[in-house]
Amino acid sequence: MAGKVIALAGNPNTGKTSLFNALTGSRQKVGNWPGVTVERKEGRLTLEGKDVAVVDLPGIYSLGAASADEQIASDYLLAERPDLVLVVVDASNLERSLYLVVQLREIGLPLVVALNMGDVAQARGLQIDQKALEDLLGVTVVPTLAASGKGVMALKGRLASLLDQDLSTEFLEVPYGPQLSPIVDGLADLVGDLARELSLPPRLAAIRLGEEDEAALAALERTQAPWLIRRELDEAAAEVEASLGYDLQTALIERRWAFVSSLAARVVSRDKTVREALTPSDRIDRVVTHRLLGLPLVLLAAWAVFKVTFFLGDPAADGLDGLLSGLGESLAFWLDGVGASPLLSSFLVDGVIGGVGSVVVFFPHIFFLFAFIAVLEDSGYMARGAFVMDRIMRLLGLHGKSFMPLLVGFGCNVPSIMATRILERRRDRMITLLVLPFISCSARLPVFLLFAGTFFGARAGTVIFSLYLLGIAVAVIAAKILGSTLFQGESSQFVMELPPYHLPRPKAVLRSAWERGSLFLRKAGTFIFLAVIVVWVLASLPLGVEYGSAESYIGRLGAMTAGFFAPAGFGFWQAAVALLFGFLAKEVVVGTLGTLLAVDGVNLVQVLPQYFSPLSAYAFMVMALLYVPCAAVVAAFREETKSWRWTAFMVLYTTAVAWGLSVAVYQVGRLLGLS
Amino acid sequence: MREKERNLKELEVGEKAIVVRVEGEPSLKGRVLAMGLVPGTELRMERKAPLADPLTVHYRGIELSLRRDEAERVIVRRGCAGCARCGGC
Repeated sequence: MAGKVIALAGNPNTGKTSLFNALTGSRQKVGNWPGVTVERKEGRLTLEGKDVAVVDLPGIYSLGAASADEQIASDYLLAERPDLVLVVVDASNLERSLYLVVQLREIGLPLVVALNMGDVAQARGLQIDQKALEDLLGVTVVPTLAASGKGVMALKGRLASLLDQDLSTEFLEVPYGPQLSPIVDGLADLVGDLARELSLPPRLAAIRLGEEDEAALAALERTQAPWLIRRELDEAAAEVEASLGYDLQTALIERRWAFVSSLAARVVSRDKTVREALTPSDRIDRVVTHRLLGLPLVLLAAWAVFKVTFFLGDPAADGLDGLLSGLGESLAFWLDGVGASPLLSSFLVDGVIGGVGSVVVFFPHIFFLFAFIAVLEDSGYMARGAFVMDRIMRLLGLHGKSFMPLLVGFGCNVPSIMATRILERRRDRMITLLVLPFISCSARLPVFLLFAGTFFGARAGTVIFSLYLLGIAVAVIAAKILGSTLFQGESSQFVMELPPYHLPRPKAVLRSAWERGSLFLRKAGTFIFLAVIVVWVLASLPLGVEYGSAESYIGRLGAMTAGFFAPAGFGFWQAAVALLFGFLAKEVVVGTLGTLLAVDGVNLVQVLPQYFSPLSAYAFMVMALLYVPCAAVVAAFREETKSWRWTAFMVLYTTAVAWGLSVAVYQVGRLLGLS
Repeated sequence: MREKERNLKELEVGEKAIVVRVEGEPSLKGRVLAMGLVPGTELRMERKAPLADPLTVHYRGIELSLRRDEAERVIVRRGCAGCARCGGC
């Protein structure tokens, strides 16, 4: 049994994640499926003292190529052939779940069905004939209540005994009916090559072709005479179309659903005395998707998430920050006492402790945000929020679900970049990821406060507001442009289930929050830490220079790049250095300008007008708003896209946009006679 | 006489209909069909979002949301297929 693999499959919202956690506990590894941004979880399960791997497949409704999730699951199941597939089904809506079960049995996979949520089914007066289900489908059925862990022991027992047996099962034959069966059989005689290519029996290869499965169509092109089969397919399709009024793909899927319906009718019996006029879900939906109340409620919910995340996260982050700077100060004091070199002291305090600080301060916000996201997703409200917001977000070139990450972006871009994983389709997710850095996070506010306060006096508030609006406008325009260029061919979709509401479970919520937070520390942490060290090295070397001064490497780099900023009105090395330091965190721009400009006890506010005019100050703020986001955002972006190329693209294009707009502001302003 | 065909987005909230066929590009069509909106399926227009887009339909115990331009691809007709499953639509 050791070394065997169980794949866990099932529809979304069937308790699949709960079952995975109940089976594998904390023994989980989180990664990505090769080449895509879909999360891959693998856990370990001990059955009778032996280790078995459990691979958690994405939650899907069917096998096929309709989404990246389906593609991954199909590819994995066909190519890897796990020893056993555990499929979670929702007993309270068996028909919906059975479609996937039938597809899995159709390709001959040995199945164990975890019949979950029997309590909900019972409350609705639904009885399921477990024995009939086992006989009709040739599967083992184990009732479970994954949320409370009931039935998990029995399930483990069944898994253990099944893995010990020889599990070569036969293929379930779906009756495609007198009209389609001859067509399928006729095609099956021709597709021997394709069947070998797909490692499926010829009949199934023929069905996949008929369903216009992309993988099957691609494999067909690699066979001897694809044109012959394509001609045959076209003839078959024309024949079906003429008699049924719809195409072959539709006909095959329709027959499979008809089979599923007949199965469900045979195993599910309904107690007619239990009558539900209106489910609680319906009642809630009447309010939350209401024509007038719907939008304000989403805004309220999102605003509450935003507020509470930062209300709880800020003091925790400040506490961590204070703790680390306290530690740094004590360390510096102690090092000074034992006569360590200032360089070593600076390395440990500014570099190492500063670097650790730059990573851990994000943990509280990520933790709290993902706790709320888990509550919204588990409860079912997230889908409703997206439903209500979709039309508006689409006007902005985005998806209904983009709303939450964008809003959180005003607090901090890091957790919001991570929150884009609620978007399922690549196009929707990538566009949201790419425009998020333009949303003005709270770390940019100190820069605005300093410059607007210094140069615009009473109108400072309006100026800051205009920058927030500019960030949003740039994000919207960028979303439109990206959607019609780089992601033109890909479609955005809103075909999704609104799952019934249920109460989120605190344990699952905390688990999800902890998982995201610790993943960030482990994965993005290294990159952020390295970025801090690199900046420290640039600011401290060559030996003997003052930290961040004109003679340091970063000072020289500033002098070299100053000319680049001259068209924007701030072509002096201190501004360039401040922007370079801003890569650590945007508020560092203020501190750096303070150190570099306000020497000899002069107030920074008094010095700034010697370097900036109101116009170039505004151009500088535009730059600070839009140029490359901080190292933590870049690290999170790379972690979410798993692509250095996209990360490099994001860094370059945001900076290009920032430069272009700040130059435009300065030059147009000058033409208009502003200064 | 064959009843007039309409598309899904033209249904009023609460109105029932039967799917005739699904049109459109393969990835959308495949998704809609796999979710069980196949010819012969009885459905009910459940609700519309505040700006009448997207909308949701109820069938087989599923509440599915679709955008208006996605719903436009689902061709339906009114009436009952004469099955025993619904309470007389």
